[in-house]
Amino acid sequence: MAVRVGIPRALLFYLYFPMWQAFFNEIGVQVIPSGRTTKSILDDGIREALADVCVPIKLYYGHVMELKGKVDYLFIPRVVCLNGKTVYCPKFLGLPDMIKYSVDNLPPIIDVRMDSRQGRLSLLNAYSEIGRYFGADRITTIRAYLKALGVHYHFRRLLRKGWSPPEAMELLKSPGTGKAGSQTKVNLKFAVLGYPYAIYDSFISVNIVEKLRQLGVMVMTAENIHPALLALQKNCDLPKRLFWTLSDIALKAAHLLFKQGRIDGILHLTAFGCGPDSLLNKLIEMEAKKHRNVPFMTLMIDEHTGEAGMATRLEAFVDMVRRRKEAHLCQK
Amino acid sequence: MSKVTFPRMGESWRAFKLLLEDLGNEVVVPLRPNKRTLDLGVRHSPEFACFPLKILMGTYLEAVEMGAGTIVTSGGVGPCRAGEYAMLHHKILQDLGYDLKMIVFEPPRLYPLNFIKNVRALNKARVSIRGIIDCIKRGWRMLQALDNAEKLSHVVRPREIKRGTTTAVYKKVLDWISGAYTMEQIAEAEAAALEALRSIPQDSSREVLKVGIVGEIYVLLEPASNLEIEETLGDLGVEVERSMFLTGWTRDNTWNETTHGLTIKEAASPYLPELVGGHGRDSIGHTILYSKRGFDGIIQLAPFTCIPEIVARTILPRVSKDYDIPVLTFFLDEQTGKAGMTTRLEAFTDLMRRKKRFQAGAKCLTG
Repeated sequence: MAVRVGIPRALLFYLYFPMWQAFFNEIGVQVIPSGRTTKSILDDGIREALADVCVPIKLYYGHVMELKGKVDYLFIPRVVCLNGKTVYCPKFLGLPDMIKYSVDNLPPIIDVRMDSRQGRLSLLNAYSEIGRYFGADRITTIRAYLKALGVHYHFRRLLRKGWSPPEAMELLKSPGTGKAGSQTKVNLKFAVLGYPYAIYDSFISVNIVEKLRQLGVMVMTAENIHPALLALQKNCDLPKRLFWTLSDIALKAAHLLFKQGRIDGILHLTAFGCGPDSLLNKLIEMEAKKHRNVPFMTLMIDEHTGEAGMATRLEAFVDMVRRRKEAHLCQK
Repeated sequence: MSKVTFPRMGESWRAFKLLLEDLGNEVVVPLRPNKRTLDLGVRHSPEFACFPLKILMGTYLEAVEMGAGTIVTSGGVGPCRAGEYAMLHHKILQDLGYDLKMIVFEPPRLYPLNFIKNVRALNKARVSIRGIIDCIKRGWRMLQALDNAEKLSHVVRPREIKRGTTTAVYKKVLDWISGAYTMEQIAEAEAAALEALRSIPQDSSREVLKVGIVGEIYVLLEPASNLEIEETLGDLGVEVERSMFLTGWTRDNTWNETTHGLTIKEAASPYLPELVGGHGRDSIGHTILYSKRGFDGIIQLAPFTCIPEIVARTILPRVSKDYDIPVLTFFLDEQTGKAGMTTRLEAFTDLMRRKKRFQAGAKCLTG
């Protein structure tokens, strides 16, 4: 029987799972992702994690707990930097240690450090190190890495075409399936900014994307924008770029969308107590002040977020934006 | 010429004032953070920004009211949020309609040009390069003197016979040090200050517990943000050793890493091999080193939502178990009350004392 490696369905799962899965499968390892978030996974996470951490980390704990007895290894890489410039949130940097020293009876953890600032081959070396855990030789790991890169490229292309990460993962598995969730009476287009692990975890985001779609709103996220367009935003008129990759992307996306002014509304989804978001949200808010033509709202989620409260706020926002748009059309 | 102000961190303002005035600036000394500072800061800061950002926001706003037009502060290279704070402060102040100049010092090791440019901007009296070096040296010497006096006050306070003497004497000697100007005067004032502190009547037979304080630098250094925890502990008969002083930290981060810094890194590496920003790894390293030195307990201070300290806090229970040393964590924010903190400290002190006596072989543990 093949060795089983568990990957928690949280945090970077939503951006790198297809790549990781392809890599592991190629070196002959079976990948087991944890299931979709449920109430009991969240409760497990809340019990295990420190009270002061943000919900996404609590969820990560929950998913680790779910995988605990079912796998031979846990894949919790220490992702420091993947683009040579910006790092990830300090909690990502200390993630393997946090899990290792606060959860008992864990299977061995693969905590490879990924830092692309340490030379051109550093990521390949990181993957070779993973290969060594399972006795794969260098040629096999290099081949697996290249294949994984190919899958990742394909995945990013699907994202740019407008699919959300969960949909794109489905498409990779079974190509050719039609457009999921056909929409009726679409007349508004919103951007939901925030971290993929909050937006696409439909349990913790109280299904915000689906709810907006039901209200007749087309939803896009920062992942759907071409990276080159984001890179053109430079430092967003700031003397210093934001240190954290995902925050940097969200800020650039906000600047781009505000400047273009083609979008009907921007929502920022943030988690209670999120460190980087305290800056990011303020910066987006200040930018929003300059662009009065694009409505902006911040939504905060935590482990107590209720379905009804969220739905009410979304409905109200959508109604106001729609009324405003109609009024503008009448004036013309 | 606009007046200059800077963040306030404990008593270090005395040295910064000296340095900036020598360079020909008119200085607005920031006020000690008080209720109003907090109110102002909280009102204009993002809700989940950490405590230091809010306090500094308030401090800057108060300084602006007093006529400051330039703010000198430090930058950083991440991944801790503090590195971006100067930028955010500037943006918020602009948003409020204040036109200020922000001079941000980045680590000179990485950005030497930035350092030179900033010094030139601040050098309004056109002091020569040698003169600047001389000023920096004197400022540095004064910081050391201030730190040494504070360190000694932590040792003397738990042993004082009449409660409150140390605090009173300490407040007095600070003025002696800040009144000094030349190198010799500073050294003289320091010697006199240390002598005055040492000559406070002390009870040498008293059972004194030793506690190490670790955590985030701002809440460690600014007594107004940690509700004078060192004083409270001293009054409870606990000798405090703080892991961080401005002189030590500056040395590690501006020029080269001292061997001291390296040992902390080594000590922490089995638990946290990665630099998570701020002082997360230092907190773990210091905890281990303190326990090896036979301390009775550790107190971790961190601002609410501080990311690096949350990482450290998650790992500390295991360190505490492995090294058999009690650890108490305080997440501080504008809601923290002094009475609640004192109660927790009293309980912690009682537990440490009980543990110490039990280990010393005492049978009767009650009363």
